[in-house]
Amino acid sequence: MSDTGIGARMLRKEDHRFITGKGRYTDDINLPGQAVGYFLRSPHAHAEIKKIDIKKAEKAPGVLCVLTGDDAAADNIGGVICGWMIHSKDGSPMKAGPHPVLAQGKVRHVGDQVAVVVAHTMAQAKAAAEMINVSYNVLDANVDPVASQKRGAPQVHDVASRNTVFEWELGDKAATDAAFSSAAHITTLDLVNNRLAPNAMEPRAAIGSYDAGEDHYTLYTTSQNPHVARLVISAFVGLAPEHKLRVIAPDVGGGFGSKIFIYAEEVVCLWASKRAGGVPVKWVADRSEAFLTDANGRDHVTTAELATDSNGKITGLRAKTIANMGAYLSTFASSVPTYLYATLLSGQYNIPNIYAEVDAVYTNTSPVDAYRGAGRPEATYVVERLMETAARELGMDPAEFRARNFVNSFPHQTPVIMCYDAGDYGASQKKAMEMIDYAGFEKRKAASARKGKLRGIGFSNYIEACGIAPSAAVGSLGAGVGLWESAEVRVNPVGTVEILTGSHSHGQGHETTFAQLVSDRLGIPADQVAIVHGDTDKVQFGMGTYGSRSGAVGMTAISKALDKIEAKAKKVAAHVMEASESDVEFKDGTFSVKGTDKAMAFGEVALSAYVAHKFPTSEIEPGLKEGAFHDPTNFTFPAGCHICELEVDADTGVTEIVDWVAVDDFGNVINPMIVEGQVHGGIAQGVGQALTEAVVYDEGGQLLTGSYMDYCMPRADNLPSFKLGFTTTECPSNPLGIKGCGEAGAIAAPAAVMNALTSALGVKDVAMPATPQNVWNAMAHLREAAE
Amino acid sequence: MPAISMTVNGEKVCGDVEGRTLLVDFIRGNLGKTGTHVGCDTSQCGACVVHVDGKAIKSCTALAVACDGVTVNTVEGLAKNGTLHPMQEAFREHHGLQCGFCTPGMIMAGIDIVKRKGKKLKEETIREELEGNICRCTGYHNIVKAIQAGAAKM
Repeated sequence: MSDTGIGARMLRKEDHRFITGKGRYTDDINLPGQAVGYFLRSPHAHAEIKKIDIKKAEKAPGVLCVLTGDDAAADNIGGVICGWMIHSKDGSPMKAGPHPVLAQGKVRHVGDQVAVVVAHTMAQAKAAAEMINVSYNVLDANVDPVASQKRGAPQVHDVASRNTVFEWELGDKAATDAAFSSAAHITTLDLVNNRLAPNAMEPRAAIGSYDAGEDHYTLYTTSQNPHVARLVISAFVGLAPEHKLRVIAPDVGGGFGSKIFIYAEEVVCLWASKRAGGVPVKWVADRSEAFLTDANGRDHVTTAELATDSNGKITGLRAKTIANMGAYLSTFASSVPTYLYATLLSGQYNIPNIYAEVDAVYTNTSPVDAYRGAGRPEATYVVERLMETAARELGMDPAEFRARNFVNSFPHQTPVIMCYDAGDYGASQKKAMEMIDYAGFEKRKAASARKGKLRGIGFSNYIEACGIAPSAAVGSLGAGVGLWESAEVRVNPVGTVEILTGSHSHGQGHETTFAQLVSDRLGIPADQVAIVHGDTDKVQFGMGTYGSRSGAVGMTAISKALDKIEAKAKKVAAHVMEASESDVEFKDGTFSVKGTDKAMAFGEVALSAYVAHKFPTSEIEPGLKEGAFHDPTNFTFPAGCHICELEVDADTGVTEIVDWVAVDDFGNVINPMIVEGQVHGGIAQGVGQALTEAVVYDEGGQLLTGSYMDYCMPRADNLPSFKLGFTTTECPSNPLGIKGCGEAGAIAAPAAVMNALTSALGVKDVAMPATPQNVWNAMAHLREAAE
Repeated sequence: MPAISMTVNGEKVCGDVEGRTLLVDFIRGNLGKTGTHVGCDTSQCGACVVHVDGKAIKSCTALAVACDGVTVNTVEGLAKNGTLHPMQEAFREHHGLQCGFCTPGMIMAGIDIVKRKGKKLKEETIREELEGNICRCTGYHNIVKAIQAGAAKM
């Protein structure tokens, strides 16, 4: 292994610009003559718009234009869409209400965009927005997802009666019901998967710029997938055809899913630039706006049951979930509580019968879509909370109960679509138990008790489906796009290399790991490789970064293009060295002729390819540039075992995580340093969900957690240092053997924390986030026993 | 509009600002130094931390006019003659950053912790002292390691 090849802990190439303050995020970009856009947003959760009077605002100092939903309709600016069709059990298509870029007729959540003011300065724009007079007819708000389907609940969209987007099912109901009828034991849990705000540290931002001379638009935006943004804005919003729209996502300060989606503000900045006569229009969300308008995550209410036989073997799993979609269906919202959720309800286990029902509902809250893990954390929470609870009810050790039910032969077809291709769940659990000294837990618990602390330990043996995803498969499930990835390898005449990729890096370190792949394959130093991404004018097309897909799908596309480069370079080398192509070997960056001392470095062959003097250009084209599209053949299945150990202060209800072990199987790893970082960050987000974070609306739909004063982000002192271990089964569905690592921590962590916490308190469930107040309330039985 | 002047990263700068202009907006907007970031509007996240007269402050909470005559150091001023500050180097070596957005504030806060608490920092101390800096990517694990290592080399 070289210092820069596959498997090396190479330091990141992108770091220099970030640690010296030279990163280039959207808000760091200022175009000549730029104006600012300020959105007037709804103060009401649910209201009819009777009239919007913009006359005064239009005449305010510095104002270039004021636009409303009527203007958008007049200019034929379409709404933003949801790109995944789900059908209800009765076969009917999901009920997607309109999602105009500026409200038309009605506002549906606090923060819904009503008008935009374009002015020279933010102060002018805000002052003018104060002069817009909107008369509302305020309606009752529908905030509680469980109540939203009841008769008389306020209707968010006319098309969706009972606020129901779809009533979907997966699995064999009759067989599963039969398994429950004959079960020796049934474990039941009512679980709430709390609503989270993704909170990438860089707030969303956009600059729209219209060039009247070329009739061409440019959008700078905080996107995880600029090509998908261009596709949606072209094909569905109808603003401009793709060749008249360039989308650039420069450095992006974290995404976690929230920057996958195409948001109204991006469209409005582009359109407003044209309406303002070609002046570039910049909008940067402040954090309060982010809390009001970024698509949230999770928000499931579930009743789940596990059936077991008298030998402690699982015979069935049933789940009924209500999934809150918020006020509008965001870009991929419908796929999250369905095919990214119920398909993972088999966990790491042999469960012969599974049946899931999911009702997706509208409420007068901000939209909910994919957030790190997207459906899979919700599934893992259901499965792993059931496993731990069932083990306790059966009087079995939770590790032994899991081991008894592990899938241990592959491929394994679950009853819920997925076919697991490789894994060794016993190996990761065993290693994790050793690392945390599971055997010594009772001693540590006793020591904690002497300090007045309640100590608990909890497992979470997660599995996820990543490397999203085979195009035909997702197409058959309702996806509006294929989920392949593209790559282009441009070799320069001197042998340096540019990789153009449709994957987007917003913290994942692609500039490093992708360069490591190229360094490994071509035998050139990683600093001779540049990774180009995030610009639709440079990269032809791509599907972007989410679902832990950049390694398994994006890098495989690069690998395929590198195969073509190598094949062509061999042809060139054979001619230059006057040898038969079949005698040319390529190793460690050198082409050599078998059985001779003839050899050429990769750079020399690249130069020969461009000079084109020594091969017949009628047979071999000059130059060295190849592209590839890779469509995966299966999902990938990262899995592992996380164990959390925590102490609860019985006097205050404060929970402190005292130890954390994560043993993950991500298949082959390109850069362990970066992979470990992904795991750390994922766990922190999962711990945040379990202990500190929740988006809260009051009964009228007002957001109570609209800033960091109210929404509790995990701080450094809420978290421990983490102990990581790895086991490896190679992924058989891609040539690199990669499974993906980006979401694992966030998927595993909540169940590990809550299993540990319920073990410490001796209770069945505590609501997330387990704030000191929730924990204190859950300890009432202990206080009563003590009295 | 009031005219102000200050020394930023060793350079004398001046400008006309509105009374309500924040120091961070002066640094980013007037001076074009965009390494200092804005991640929230309630002084919680710490992405905007700079040093004013040697002390770490949140530049989103200081008015530019109140900073007339001060000396400001931002992340852009840390490297000297192409050599990174030990804290910058430590963040790189210990993978203390992912998306990079909180990083300038973290580095500036880290240096300030060392100034106040010394070069031998316990993990617990660093975690407590980072109360005013939020990172969403790293889980803080490697930031804590980086500050500990950077402190030892300062």
